[in-house]
Amino acid sequence: MDLNYSKDELAFRDEVRGWLGANLPQDLRDKIANYDELGREDLMRWHKILAKKGWVAPAWPKEWGGTGWNVVQRYIFEEECGYAGTPPLIPFGLSMCGPVLLRFGTDAQKQRFLPRIYNGDDFWCQGYSEPGSGSDLASLKTKAVRDGDHYVVNGQKIWTTLGHVADWIFCLVRTDSSMAKKQEGISFLLIDMKTPGITVRPLILMDGGHEVNEVFFDDVKVPAENLVYEEGKGWTVAKYLLGHERMNTGRIGASKRELAKLKEFAAQQPGDDGRPLSEDVRFRDRISRVEVELMALEITNLRFLDQMRRSGQPPGADVSMLKIRGTEIQQSLTELMMQAVGPLAQPFEAANGDADFDAFTAGLAPRYCNFRKASIYAGSNEIQRNIISKMTLGL
Amino acid sequence: MNFDYNEEQQLLADSVRRFLSKDYEFEKRRKLVASAEGWSPQVYAQLAEMGVTGIPFSTDHGGFGGGAVDLMGVMEAFGDALIVEPYLTTVLAGRLVARAGNDAQKKAILPGVVEGKVRLAFAHTEKGARYNTARVQAKAVRSASGWELSGEKCVVLGAPMAQTLVVSTRTDKGVSLFLVPRDAGGVSLKAYRTVDEMRAADIVLKSVKVGTDALLGGDGAAVPLIEEATDFATALVCSEAVGAMKFACDTTLEYLKTRKQFGVPIGTFQALQHRIVDMYISYEQAKSMACLAASKADTASDASERGRSVSAAKIKIADACRHISQEAIQLHGGMGMSEELKVSHTFRRLTMIAQQFGDADHHLARFAALG
Repeated sequence: MDLNYSKDELAFRDEVRGWLGANLPQDLRDKIANYDELGREDLMRWHKILAKKGWVAPAWPKEWGGTGWNVVQRYIFEEECGYAGTPPLIPFGLSMCGPVLLRFGTDAQKQRFLPRIYNGDDFWCQGYSEPGSGSDLASLKTKAVRDGDHYVVNGQKIWTTLGHVADWIFCLVRTDSSMAKKQEGISFLLIDMKTPGITVRPLILMDGGHEVNEVFFDDVKVPAENLVYEEGKGWTVAKYLLGHERMNTGRIGASKRELAKLKEFAAQQPGDDGRPLSEDVRFRDRISRVEVELMALEITNLRFLDQMRRSGQPPGADVSMLKIRGTEIQQSLTELMMQAVGPLAQPFEAANGDADFDAFTAGLAPRYCNFRKASIYAGSNEIQRNIISKMTLGL
Repeated sequence: MNFDYNEEQQLLADSVRRFLSKDYEFEKRRKLVASAEGWSPQVYAQLAEMGVTGIPFSTDHGGFGGGAVDLMGVMEAFGDALIVEPYLTTVLAGRLVARAGNDAQKKAILPGVVEGKVRLAFAHTEKGARYNTARVQAKAVRSASGWELSGEKCVVLGAPMAQTLVVSTRTDKGVSLFLVPRDAGGVSLKAYRTVDEMRAADIVLKSVKVGTDALLGGDGAAVPLIEEATDFATALVCSEAVGAMKFACDTTLEYLKTRKQFGVPIGTFQALQHRIVDMYISYEQAKSMACLAASKADTASDASERGRSVSAAKIKIADACRHISQEAIQLHGGMGMSEELKVSHTFRRLTMIAQQFGDADHHLARFAALG
């Protein structure tokens, strides 16, 4: 047994780390470090820097711009990005629509969409959840009726992340309501967000932020050529995608960065006795607990990775474990950052736009609030447990 | 042994609850917290009319001479409705006046407090103090005509709506309290909204001149007074938390019964049934400890017994705030994250209560030290 990266893997990590160090713009690095909100421009700027380097879609086939890295290299790359504090790569195009088109798309669809996804010309969002269909996604009701050379779409999607800045949305829609099984009769459609009949309504989250939306479809005409795979086979596509959505949810690198920041931050905050909070034995123990959790998660992640590399099999239900523990760690870290400032966690928003209002400190409690979503989105942690119970344990 | 509220306590709690369910329902509250003032003087006046502002103050000043237990039901109703009016902060500062003030000071302030016309704030917390009630750096020095106060206070809840501040300072004798009109020369406020949608301010005191009659209680004698009043306020906030937790539990239970996925209410899933059962266990234990804190806040003659009881309660309350608020959101799924649902605002209030007057770690250390 050897828990260490090989020489080649270490060399690869150093290469990635060195390049990120030299190419991540300082202002973006600062925005991430200060927990500032990132707009579409920030996200796409980083996307384009990576695209230019050829690293924006490592898992894609080489002819479409993939890097040819193996799973360990891809993991190293993602975790180094998290550790360096790069803006996130929004998954909807690169990790979701792209892989779907690569697997199920026609040549024309690939030619039309993949280069624009790769280069960051189009911003994609995901039209899955509906008000009545969350964990029970297959019960979705948004309807698409074929009418000559197009579909007419009516219905509503919800929790559409970044839908308000997106150019395109990929949707699961019901094209046949007569099927006995709800998983049948669903189709996968690509819809231009500029199409008449689409209305985007912001859903403000409890931290006051606008990142998700409701998207309403009212007689929206979608060219039939935007159907991916066969009509009625959308669930096959969706199932293929769910695995992709959960590939990188451990977020070890980002949590390592947050942990280092928490330690540094706690050393600057006063404890009850006036000494640094990092010397308060209770608070220090809380930090250590999270650190040990993170170590256990990282080694577990590496162990799964090693199995994957040897077997050549895609990740199974084990990924659900990484999602559960990974999000719990992220949530603990945001909670400790909030607790670290004690009474100063209370301010939220300056009444008169005071210039010297400490927005960073005031942002810590809202950030804690915001991160409660992590155990809900991308398959709630309850659904992840169902997956493990069914797939791994056979219950 | 009797854990029930007496008839008067129950009547008051019921009438406050009835009033708030009508005049403070969630949509009205949303408009209120978004307004420029951020609170409702009318609601406050109405609460005063019902006698709520008079309960904890002596009959000498028009009050009812009640204690923490008399306010439990009211505080629960406040927690349920998530009221943002500066009640608790007025009671806390008012208690300092009642306990430390001379007759003239009490007469000048408390009748107005009882009538609901005077609101107070306790300007005590400082940036470097965390939850330590004794670490005060703001200074008061004697001058020819009285005292001169300088220093900085932060997160003074209710300060933007208060007419009078009770300010803690350090004199050459130790920590001392002063009554300072909020609009006194040299007092400047930076107001803001808090995470739980209340109004607070950071305050700078720059050579604020007050008379000799502004000193509240003995020079250098304030720490035990601050501890006593803070324990009292902590007992009240424990009951407020209980009201907020009850709402979070009940609304989540309702959601489990009505939200359908996979063709059935999600409350039919045993995994979720056990989760909400644990929430109710947390709630019941929190409620018990709120009873303990309120009972000991007034009657314990022994400061260490009072402190131990209140700290023990606050530890359980802080843990329950965290457990219940987090689970309420999780069991609501995405909807729980939306600011359109009241439960997300309850989440924010419970998150702040968990840290108000000291978090679980602070009270654990205090509980152990009072051994």
